[in-house]
Amino acid sequence: MDNKEIDIQAIVKEIMAELTQNGAIDPPQENPSPIPEQQQAGIDLPDPSLPENRKKLGVANPYDPEGLRNLCSTTSARLGVGRAGPRPRTETLLLFQADHAITQDAIYGEVDQEVLDKFALFTVHSQVESRVQYLLRPDLGRLLNEESQAIIAERCEKNPQVQIVVGDGLSAAAINNNFPLIYPVIMEGLKAANLSLGTPFFIKNARVGIINDINEIIKADVVVILIGERPGLGISDAMSAYMGWQPAHGKTDADRDVVCMITMNGGTNTLEGGAFVVEMVKKTLKYQASGIALREKAGETG
Amino acid sequence: MLLRTKLFGKTYEFGTIKELLAKANEEKSGDRQAGIAAESAAERMAAKHVLAHVTLETLRQNPAIPHERDEVTRVIDEGVNETIYAEIKSMQLGELREWLLADTTTSAMIRRISNGLTAEMIAGVAKLMSNLDLMIAAKKIRVTAHCNTTIGLPGTLSSRNQPNHPTDSPAGIKASIYEGLSFGSGDCVIGINPSDDSLSSVSRLFEMTHQVITTWKIPTQNSVLAHITTQMEALKRGVPIDLLFQSLAGSEKANQGFGISVGLLDEAYQMARKYCNSNGPNYFYFETGQGTALSAGAHEGADQLTMEARCYGLARRYHPFIVNTVVGFIGPEYLYDSVQITRAGLEDHFMGKLTGIPMGCDACYTNHAVATQNDIENLAVLLTTTGCCYFMGVPMGDDIMLSYQSTSYHDTASLRQLLGLRPIPEFEAWMEDLGLMKDGVLTEKAGDASFFLQK
Ligand code: B12
Repeated sequence: MDNKEIDIQAIVKEIMAELTQNGAIDPPQENPSPIPEQQQAGIDLPDPSLPENRKKLGVANPYDPEGLRNLCSTTSARLGVGRAGPRPRTETLLLFQADHAITQDAIYGEVDQEVLDKFALFTVHSQVESRVQYLLRPDLGRLLNEESQAIIAERCEKNPQVQIVVGDGLSAAAINNNFPLIYPVIMEGLKAANLSLGTPFFIKNARVGIINDINEIIKADVVVILIGERPGLGISDAMSAYMGWQPAHGKTDADRDVVCMITMNGGTNTLEGGAFVVEMVKKTLKYQASGIALREKAGETG
Repeated sequence: MLLRTKLFGKTYEFGTIKELLAKANEEKSGDRQAGIAAESAAERMAAKHVLAHVTLETLRQNPAIPHERDEVTRVIDEGVNETIYAEIKSMQLGELREWLLADTTTSAMIRRISNGLTAEMIAGVAKLMSNLDLMIAAKKIRVTAHCNTTIGLPGTLSSRNQPNHPTDSPAGIKASIYEGLSFGSGDCVIGINPSDDSLSSVSRLFEMTHQVITTWKIPTQNSVLAHITTQMEALKRGVPIDLLFQSLAGSEKANQGFGISVGLLDEAYQMARKYCNSNGPNYFYFETGQGTALSAGAHEGADQLTMEARCYGLARRYHPFIVNTVVGFIGPEYLYDSVQITRAGLEDHFMGKLTGIPMGCDACYTNHAVATQNDIENLAVLLTTTGCCYFMGVPMGDDIMLSYQSTSYHDTASLRQLLGLRPIPEFEAWMEDLGLMKDGVLTEKAGDASFFLQK
């Protein structure tokens, strides 16, 4: 080891070498970018979160640069980032941490009233009273409060074939961004199939299981809930459509189906997502079953 | 049964063993959600104090859910070796803790008594242990298993290459697999969580991973974490599958929520032995995690640590190749913050090892939990020092399909380097052959997915 120059880096390296039993730490593989001499001019950086900046390759000497670029373009996973020893490079690390920071905000966001108004959705509430309670008590997110039960009983069409509801779930952005796009697609599809539709509405602080409680009042054949998925690091606006045949108390996730990851940011787009939902609804009605039971029936007969 | 103590002059009494176990648990938001946690820190300590004096026999006689009502209880109880049980049944939990920690107690001795233990005993002793206790005891217990390669050998740390993609694009998944392999991730398994559970899509992913494995002659195994019935259907149709996967929960009712039963798993196990593409004899991959039963409303009043131990008891029936807890996955309603996640990771690893299964850990957190990447890096280091068999390798730790953060491809290499560990020997030899690793350290060529565009 070349330790003539005593600096902090060298000391750190020495300690690392001691820690590593085999002592075989490679000399630095790529030099960290030199600190610009003219810092007086100030620092004015481009936004690292922009797509074009995210896609920059970090691998020092790739075997096939063009090929690596192509590989990276097939997925939104953080590939081609290179390394600093066994660790990520500085830009990669900081961007990851920035993404985590922005994701924290999605969880506490709210669904825009405008979005709800545009489709004439009224709002009801689960038994959850605050966002922190929502996170800690999913059981309460599966039950309607009393007032909401009364509102639904009063305002909703009963016994439709299909009831659509919307819930914020864990990402308001998912509803804000995708609901306005997917809702017309689903409506078109269901109307074209001549299905009778219930009165749609929005549930604040909802969990998937709330469809059981809702359907105790509405008695639809199929209930679909469009709900915000928990936000991911890169994609914080993915929406799911969970649905079931005649949901009622006691029904579980084994009795449900889901179309997930609906987003315009690298998942299933709203047009396709909407088509899947319509297809699943039709299938559920055809076999009068959902979840595992649907699979069994569809497998037997189709 | 009387379960009472005084502590600091105050009397505490507990109604049942189940209640005692719950109140003796370290603070977990899931137990609070279920309304079964200790009401004060002192009450928790009183419960631990009483629990330390409960015998193994009492715990066997008081399973979290009665035999008549629960097949998981029956599976675990029927699995007990009566000879060994008779030797240890009068031991108290506090004594079991000391016996596990004693320098005279060897790995072989612990492996022997494993066969006389039930889940409630294992969860009970975990509740009496500090984090370092859990580590010292678990470190002693070596469990290995074999599919195409051997997991859990001393001196190794393995990695599941987890190349998930939001729409299951085979090209996108392959790109991540390449990147992971170039960092040394994938010696444990190349395992994909599918977004689409359909037979055709799942089969396509099995075919694709099988093709990568054969093209590059990689000593490893493939897995697609679809529902077990989908995999069984694929197996029947001759799709190349090395490992069968299923998520497990600790009660019959919770497993029903997953659409599985002991009967179904038994059937899958038989099919695996008949049709899997791998060498065996260990064909199963299971995932678990504290809070699963409660999330299905099927915890039956038991605490989440006890329910988790029951998953391992069920897993043992199928001689799995790998089992891991997905420790921070479900969310803050079960494990609120990094303190709880860290504790649970250490508990689960210890309990799995004491049950006698090769245990890894998906050290992870969700964006709605009070935790950061630093916290799971810490947990991974702790677990590596205590002999955890494997972690996940996810591109930069960001799972773009499951929406959570886990350990990364970089972490795989870092943990090995930090603690002087190696991949599974055949896999390391394979990497050396390709020039991606030398003496256990990545070479200049490593960390470059395009390396695998050569073939
Ligand atoms: C969290 C989660 C879970 C948790 C749910 C517990 C919880 N407290 O949330 C656990 C770990 C228990 C779980 C289990 C399973 N899950 Co899951 N899960 C997720 C995840 C990561 C987030 C879900 C979410 O954000 N929900 C929104 C919130 C607001 O809803 P919630 O009311 O809080 O939670 C409910 C739903 O999450 C639902 N749920 C979760 N998973 C599944 C799966 C199916 C098929 C159904 C019908 C419902 C369901 O259960 C919760 C309780 O009711 C998604 C990934 C994604 N992109 O969405 C996968 C996801 C939905 N799960 C999936 C699968 C396959 C499963 C399993 C079948 C795995 C297995 N092989 O055993 C099991 C069994 C589910 C069942 N039938 O009971 C797939 C579904 C694929 C598909 N298109 O069918 C997804 C998309 C991930 C994947 N690709 O692997 N899951």
